[in-house]
Amino acid sequence: MNQATIASEPAAGRFPKPAPAASYLYKRHSLPVRLLHWINVLSLTLLLMSGLMIFNAHPSLDWGKSSYTGNPSLLSIGARDDGKGRLQGVTTLLGHEFDTTGLLGASTGANGAQDNIAFPSWITIPGSYSLAEGRQWHFFFAWLLVINGLLYVSHALISRHLRRDLIPGRSDWGSIGRSIIDHLKFKHPQGEDAKRYNVLQKLAYLSVIFVMLPLIILMGWAMSPFLNSIFPGWIDFFGGRQAARTIHFIVAWLLVAFVAIHVFEVIVSGLWNHLRSMITGQYRITTTVAKGSRHE
Amino acid sequence: MSNPDKPSRRVLLGAFAGAGAWLLAGCGRLGETEWFPKVLGIGESLSKSAHKLIGGRRSMAQEFTEADLSPSFRGNGNTNPDDEDYKEHAKAGFVDWQLEIDGLVEQPSKFTLTQLKAMPARTQITRHDCVEGWSAIGKWTGVPLATVLAVAKPKAEARYVVFHCADAFPGGMDGEKESYYESIDMDDAYHPQTILAYGLNGQTLPVTNGAPLRLRVERQLGYKHAKYIMRLELVENFGDIGDGKGGYWEDHGYQWYAGL
Repeated sequence: MNQATIASEPAAGRFPKPAPAASYLYKRHSLPVRLLHWINVLSLTLLLMSGLMIFNAHPSLDWGKSSYTGNPSLLSIGARDDGKGRLQGVTTLLGHEFDTTGLLGASTGANGAQDNIAFPSWITIPGSYSLAEGRQWHFFFAWLLVINGLLYVSHALISRHLRRDLIPGRSDWGSIGRSIIDHLKFKHPQGEDAKRYNVLQKLAYLSVIFVMLPLIILMGWAMSPFLNSIFPGWIDFFGGRQAARTIHFIVAWLLVAFVAIHVFEVIVSGLWNHLRSMITGQYRITTTVAKGSRHE
Repeated sequence: MSNPDKPSRRVLLGAFAGAGAWLLAGCGRLGETEWFPKVLGIGESLSKSAHKLIGGRRSMAQEFTEADLSPSFRGNGNTNPDDEDYKEHAKAGFVDWQLEIDGLVEQPSKFTLTQLKAMPARTQITRHDCVEGWSAIGKWTGVPLATVLAVAKPKAEARYVVFHCADAFPGGMDGEKESYYESIDMDDAYHPQTILAYGLNGQTLPVTNGAPLRLRVERQLGYKHAKYIMRLELVENFGDIGDGKGGYWEDHGYQWYAGL
């Protein structure tokens, strides 16, 4: 077992005595963390789905202060007749055209017919085109996300969850290389080591909490004509309103990528144990003694 | 050791399957209930209050330079009203057209385009943000709404200016037409950048973009910027106009407050 914490442990590890396997539950996540985590799951899911509905009203992304700068769009999703009476979904990314029939541009709608819509109806809220309703969903859950986020950060500061569990310590920084290799090999800390987040995990959580979520919220605000007027011109720092819309979209998919990796890691490192710990708070630690030396 | 986790696994799996099913199937049904859209509407109310709180009434929309102008200004929604009176006015270059102001005013008034153009004008290069997501930058010239209101003298109880327009959408069940209208509150009505525009990019306002007169209310989304304005009405509330939500698009589910 190559673990980051070996250095800080006493020399006992050198000649480990065979000990019986033991397992016990310990409280991993506090009630506020568990509650806010699941509110976050709900908010982010509904924000993504309603956000894709809103995107469908103008399925292209530009860079700059307006949509009509004379430059081609960075991304556009549309459809054209394939000559046989069917729709062909066409996605144009940075000047390259892709046939995305079935998924983007043209997909099967709820009524079974072909829909001329950017993101398919099964991934949007509501499930049929309604920009007005999509906006209502989006702004409600945006408020929930912001309030939830403020509560989380306050709690993390006051309870010292942030300093104790999330900010990497000196030993963390030294273990980045090994942590990357461990992740690639799907090797996860066992026993007592599993009580601590590894350094990549800490950095991932910190970047979501303090970079991605604040940035996506800020870029949402940047799209509000009223919030633009608070400090006229502040959104030009990000490249202008259409650039802000593009950044909002990109960060949304970065968050989707984070969630995909997060869920994957949860599954490979013990789905039920992790799920239980995020619901009841209890996480099972199983200590078994490694064969041979810990220093291989 | 028997697996102590087993029963809770089933509960968990059920909970997640249930949550997923609710997400996929339930959202549409929730949207059809009476109460749920009202709950969602809390977001709009919070945003409006927060904006009034932090921005105040007088924050100014960003103004741009000629270099930022969009090559052509996109016309959206109705771009050529199908109204006989309007078409005649358009044919004649709006020489006999008059803007009416009535409702809760001391001095109901009418203004010809020539009279409006003789008033002190304001020119501003601003960005038009459509609710759909696109933006275009244009140079607007017009008379501040405050100047026109100063003539008509709104009564103390007037809380909204309603804009009645010449265009209509076939919104009804039998293709019955619904006239476009919009409303703004007095904070926006007296805002220095709120103008009744008759010029775009140094030219006479084209029909596509709302000739002879359109509203610019720069801190809100495009659908508030009523085109083809025929009449201003000052009211205490707009409950008995249209479907009572304060505008054509508001009657079709969009938020009255369009600052976001």
